[in-house]
Order: sequence, then structure tokens, then C-alpha cells
Amino acid sequence: MKKDQPKNFSKNGSYKAIGTRPLRHDGTDKVTGHARYADDVHPTGLLYGKILRSPHAHAIIKSINIKQAMALPGVKAIVTSSDFPKLSGNAADLEGSLINHRFLSNNCIAEDKVLYKGHALAAVAATSPEVANQATNLIEVDFEILDPVLDPREAMRDNAPILHKKLTSLTSSSHVLSTGGLGEKETTKPTNVANYFDFGIGDVDKGFAEASVIMEEEYQTTQVHQGYIEPHSATAHWQNDNSITVWSSSQGHFMVRELTAKLLGISESKVRAIPLEIGGGFGGKTIIYLEPIAAALSRKAGNLPVKIVMSRTEVFEATGPAPGSHTKVKMGVTSEGKLIAAEATMIFAAGAYPGSPVSAAGQCIFAPYNIPNVRIQGYDVVVNVPKAVAYRAPGAPQAAFASEQMIDSLSTKLGIDPIDFRLLNAVQEGDRKATGPKWPKIGCIETLKAAKSHNHYKSSLKTGVALRGRGVASGFWFNVGGPASAHASVNSDGTVSLTEGSPDIGGTRTVAAMHVAEVLGIPTEDVHPNIGDTDAVGYTSLTGGSSVAFKTGWASYEAANDIKNQLKERAAKLWSSSVDEVEYHDGNLIHKSGELKISFKDLAQKLNSLGGPIVGRATVDPKGAGGAFATHIVDVEVDPDTGKVYILRYTAVQDTGKAIHPTYVEGQIQGGTVQGIGWALNEGYSFSDAGHMLNSSFLDYRMATCLDLPMIEAVIVEVPNPGHPYGVRGVGEVPIVPPMAALSNAITNAIGVRLTKLPMSPDAVFTALDSHKPEKVSP
Amino acid sequence: MADVWIPSSLQKYTGGLQQIQVDGSTIRQIISNLELLYPMTKNKLADKNEILPGIAVIIDGESTRLGLLEPVQSDSEVHFLPALGGG
Repeated sequence: MKKDQPKNFSKNGSYKAIGTRPLRHDGTDKVTGHARYADDVHPTGLLYGKILRSPHAHAIIKSINIKQAMALPGVKAIVTSSDFPKLSGNAADLEGSLINHRFLSNNCIAEDKVLYKGHALAAVAATSPEVANQATNLIEVDFEILDPVLDPREAMRDNAPILHKKLTSLTSSSHVLSTGGLGEKETTKPTNVANYFDFGIGDVDKGFAEASVIMEEEYQTTQVHQGYIEPHSATAHWQNDNSITVWSSSQGHFMVRELTAKLLGISESKVRAIPLEIGGGFGGKTIIYLEPIAAALSRKAGNLPVKIVMSRTEVFEATGPAPGSHTKVKMGVTSEGKLIAAEATMIFAAGAYPGSPVSAAGQCIFAPYNIPNVRIQGYDVVVNVPKAVAYRAPGAPQAAFASEQMIDSLSTKLGIDPIDFRLLNAVQEGDRKATGPKWPKIGCIETLKAAKSHNHYKSSLKTGVALRGRGVASGFWFNVGGPASAHASVNSDGTVSLTEGSPDIGGTRTVAAMHVAEVLGIPTEDVHPNIGDTDAVGYTSLTGGSSVAFKTGWASYEAANDIKNQLKERAAKLWSSSVDEVEYHDGNLIHKSGELKISFKDLAQKLNSLGGPIVGRATVDPKGAGGAFATHIVDVEVDPDTGKVYILRYTAVQDTGKAIHPTYVEGQIQGGTVQGIGWALNEGYSFSDAGHMLNSSFLDYRMATCLDLPMIEAVIVEVPNPGHPYGVRGVGEVPIVPPMAALSNAITNAIGVRLTKLPMSPDAVFTALDSHKPEKVSP
Repeated sequence: MADVWIPSSLQKYTGGLQQIQVDGSTIRQIISNLELLYPMTKNKLADKNEILPGIAVIIDGESTRLGLLEPVQSDSEVHFLPALGGG
């Protein structure tokens, strides 16, 4: 796959399209309101769906009576779990990650138990939203209410309420590395611990014995939501020929096709999933909730299309938050300041069904550091809250909140500058990860050096007149790849129409177009990208894992090279010469003799007289996704009377690999950082003892706004990824990893007290100011 | 022979060994030969046709894409880790 890697690969500034900042192709439609989102779909005969949701966090469903609701004029169909096939409870593969179709189906619509408040029980399709809503109130459900368990540590206790009595847990699973599945029978010793992992290198006991300073602390984070502005929305039309068309807001329409078909028990070729513009996802739309329900309603309603749109409260109460976590960290350092041993125990709240990102968290927690002796244990624990779903660098922010605070505490204890301490222990190519494999080419040291030399870090922070402090934290995220497809056709006016398969969240269609423009030597504006539906383009994996610029960019690059090769053949035909005598350079085809030359644009006009249209195509499934490191610096001021934290200055330094479109890269860095700031200072699910979310609106769930923030300065460090033709690394996830720890470290420096629990809201900071808890240091 | 790193959860089947030299030019052969050396390991990593869901095979530091068909060099380092998904 690397055969066409450009020779000027690592030199910044040697490209014509790559590294420039063209206007985004979708910009005009979005700012003028013409862009089409999921709720803009209105097929003829549309019915409106509404879901009845559980008022209880944990209960057995004894019966559901829909008679009265069905009798309401305007009601066309009602579905419950009995309208869906019972699927295997074994773990299966979804694009390299685990999926359990039975759990997914039960999460979309509860089967025998409700496991969180807001869990779907039944769904109605009616002629108007009002009638649908009224009908849900007429559905009678008889529950046997059970005690909920919300905290994963409590859920691990012997006498805890059990969510799944048939859960095949770590002790009985045949898959030693897999998450829990659902067995045929109730287990003799039921548990809420769905999975456990334990990995490391070296000998931690020996390492701690050699340490001069050892510190140990526990850290806690709460559930937070991805907070996308566009709520979940799906429209499905089950047609008379038993094919289904689905329009929905998702991060992957091929995922929508596959999972919708699976949950309905039909062949995936029967489902056509159509992508639309997406008003944010951040990982939260890498799974389905509404699509199979809308489809089942459509079938039952006489093949009329059905649309379901969630309210904001439904989004909060019934879609995946990032998991809450409890992490215990112990680290040891030699007298020379070298990290010699580290240990972490991580407990993640998976929500109602197994599958938190605790293993990813474990693989990230000590990633920036070269530590010879490491042990990491993780527990995936089910609790009566919504099922956790991916959120930007899933698991890594919770991990960094723990480890990066301890790194800060150790550097303070040792009297070493926090960046120097990190540099002293930073990983580089050839070092071993805590999981064993060696690091490839990475940019950890480069980001730390860039942070150290940045004028923010060199500037003085005036203290004395106010409670001010500066914090630093680093972070890592893997970034992933996956299969991707693209095809591009040459138009007679010298432009190219590019069709690729990745829903565009962060400007990726323009990035794909820039790959084509670079290969063909034409302006990016002359490449017209669009996202094909599942019948219009080859399989493409999720827009997730910061993978799209890498994999879909690569597919577009290969499709453009296919065009280039075909153009050489046409020029050879035009000049009655051999294709070996034709070269392609800077948007022109040139005969080796130097006497013949034709531009891409001129040749494009002649294609139909030289053999017909040209379409370039490519599918890729590349290895070599490049992991990314970031280091953030933040200055804060704390109001001693209220505990409110004001951010004075924020700088986010990140190894992005080659930045294809620097403006988008900066936007990703700023966006991820802002979400991290919200997670740090204000956000968090608040539950009653009964498991009812108490802040399920944007009024009460406090996300950061522009009024809370200074300009986030994004600093791009380019350490090209040798695994990609242009050196691309993923950029969208790692910026959310450092902010919580960076802010906690800054607050500690400002007030002299360390906060180990999120959010660090005004009341939490105010309470900490009162308590002045000293840090635990030994010996 | 490839240097195969044994996941901690499988080390009870390998007598506590963390690294084992195993012959094989594909992951399928590596897993089959590991089973010959240490019974009970194969069905924890793969079924007849595929690597089990949720397991990532890392060869020489790189996440692989071909499952049991993935080529392995005689001096390769092979790891079995939990698979990752992104957001």
C-alpha cells in the first residue's frame, strides 16, 4: 500500500493542496440553512413515531397492554420487543470492536426488564406527533420494581442488585479477552462484573521496591454526555417489496445498515441507509437506537414511512454517555526522577449492558511514559444507567484525569518542572507500551518540547493578588483505521466528482477532496465530494476513531491515482505513443520527448472521443494508523467566594501528523479541548437514589459555552505518520484527553488543594478550599 | 520463530510463561502450533475460521487486518490484545 508514497512525504510546504486551507465544500449549504439533516426528511405518507420509556431505573416488565392505545384514532401501529427476533447473546464483531446483538436489541427496546430510567418499552406510529404522544400515555405497563444500583463499586459487591442473571462474566466466559455475553440459563453466581482484564510488563513489586518516592491516589469521574446539538432522528420506510430505506443521523450508514438488518432479522442488502448532514456525534452516534424501531413500525403500519425524533431529555436519558469511572493509581519514581513502576485499577460503569471502554483506558493510562514495570487491571461493570457509548478517545480522558494528576503531584514532590519531568520519562519510538508492543514513530517528545518552548509556558502568571495557577497535562489516543471506499469520475469541464463513504462530521469530505487534488495537481475547488449511501459506494467503516482523514483520505488518494493512470493511457492514445512515454506532472500530461503536453482540464474535454469516461476507484483497509500525543497548558483564576474557575489562557499542543487542512485540525483541537473543559468544570449526570437523572436538559446540564472560554490556541506539531501516503494521523480525539487533568493541576496550583473528582464545579472547588486536604506522599 | 507474548489471562495454560517462541508463517499456524505446545490456548483466541471478536492481533507493533491469514515473519513479535474502537 505504500508503493506510491510521495518522495517529498515528510517535507512540510512541498504540496500544492495538502496543508492549505480551502473553503469547505459544505460551507455554503450549512450557513444558508440548505444543508439537509435527518429531521428534514419528509417522504410522502409520513407517520410520526413516539417511544414510551420506562419511569423506573430497574424493573421487571410483567405485561404491556396496548389495546387502549391502538384504539385511539390516528394510531397506525405499536411495537414492543415481541415484534423483534430474539438474537444470540454471544459477542460478535463490529468493525473490529465487540458488539452483542441481543444486548443492542434489548437496549433499543426492552425485552423482559428495564435497566435504566428512559429505557424504551414500546413505540407508537400515528398520523401526528400529538396523537403518537397521547397514545404512549394509553399503553399500560405492569412492572415489578427492583432496587437499582448506580455506582459500579457498589454493583461489584456480593449483595448488589443483579442486572443480568444470565450474564456470562469473566469467570465463565470462553473468550478470555471478550466482554460478557448472555447465556441460556441463569448463572449460579450472578455478577454485574461483565469483564476483567489484567496486563502489564516487568515486575511492579520489584519496581516499587526500587522507588525513592511512591504516591497513591484514587480518582473519580461521572457520566457525561457527548452533547451533540442534533438529537437522534431516524426515518424508515419498509416498502412493499420488503426492502427498507433508512435516513438517520449517524456516524456510519454502513453500521446503520448492518445493525438495523441484524435486529430485524433480515438480510443487510434489503436495507439502504442514506447518510445526511450530522449535527455532531463525538462517538455517540456510532450505534443505533431508533432505526429498527422506525422500520418495524413502518412494516406494521402498512408500509408507510415512520419518523422518530428524540427530545433532548430522551437523548440524555436513553443514549450513551461516556462512562463514570473509579481509578486507583500508584506510581514510583527513582531518586533521578525516572518512573520505575506504575499500577492502576480501573472500574468503569458500563451502564445497562456490558461494553465500557475500560480496556482502551487501560491501554492509554500510562501511554506517554516509558515505565519498565507496569500492571493495569480493569473492570467493566453493569449498572442501572444508560448504556455507555464512545465519546472522543473513549476511556482515555478518564485515564489521564488520574495518571496526569499523579505525574503532576510527583513532579511537585521532586521539585522538577512538570514538563521536564514528563520529558525525562517520555516515550519514543522503540520503547515498550504497557501492553507489550513497541511504539512506532510517535511525537510525544515533540509535543512536550513545543509546549515547553511556547510563549504561554514561558510567560509569568501573576499570583499574589488572586488565586491563580498553571496546569499542564499530556494525553494519548491510538486513532484507528478500517475499510474505506471511494470512486471519482472526471467531468468534461475538468473537474472531478468524488463519492466516498464516510459521513462528514469534521470537514472530512474536503480533506478527501484535497487528497484527490494533490494527486491530480488540480485545485481542491475543482473536486466535488459527496457521501454516497450504502447502495452508491463501497463499504466504509464508521466515522470514528479519528480514522476518516487516514482511511478515506487514502482511498481517495488511490482513486485519484487510478484516474491518473487512465489519463496516461488516454494521452498515449491521443499521441499514438506508448503509455510508458507519458508522464503526469502538476496537472499536465507530458510526453517524455518534451514536445507534447496537454493539461488535465483539456484532456478531460476529449475523453469521450478517446475511449469514454474515466472513473477512478479504490477500496482500502490500511494498517498503520498513527497514534497521537498532546500536551495542554492552562492558566486559571479561582474565585475564593464562589469557587468558580475562570480560564485565563489555554494552549493545546498536538502531534497531528501531516495536517491536511490546518483550519479543520485547529477546529478539532479547539472543539475537543472545549468538551474536555466542560467535562472538567461543570458537566456530569446527576442521579436521584432511584436512578432518575435530575439534570436532563441543557438548562441543568451545564455545557461550556463561548462565554466560559478564552480563545483556545491550537499548536500543530507535525510528526508525519510513516503509515500513510501523506503522513496523516487522526486528530479529533486526543484533544479531549488532557483538559481535565490540566485544569485540576492548575486549580491545585491556584488553591493548594487537589481535587480528585469530577466535575470541579464551583461548589466542589469551594468545598475543597474549605477542607485543605493534604496529598498522600510516602515514604 | 516468532516471539509470541501470552496475555496474562492465558498464562495459566502456559505454565506462567509470558513469552513463547512459536513456529508459523501465519497467525493461523502460530495459534495452531501454540495449541500443540500448550493445549487450551487455541479456543481462547480463535474459532475455526476467525480470531474471536474483541481480540486485536498486533504484529511488530502494528494492528493487523487479516486475522488468521495475517503473515508472520520468523523474527516477528506477536501480541493478542483487547480490540479498540474510537469515538
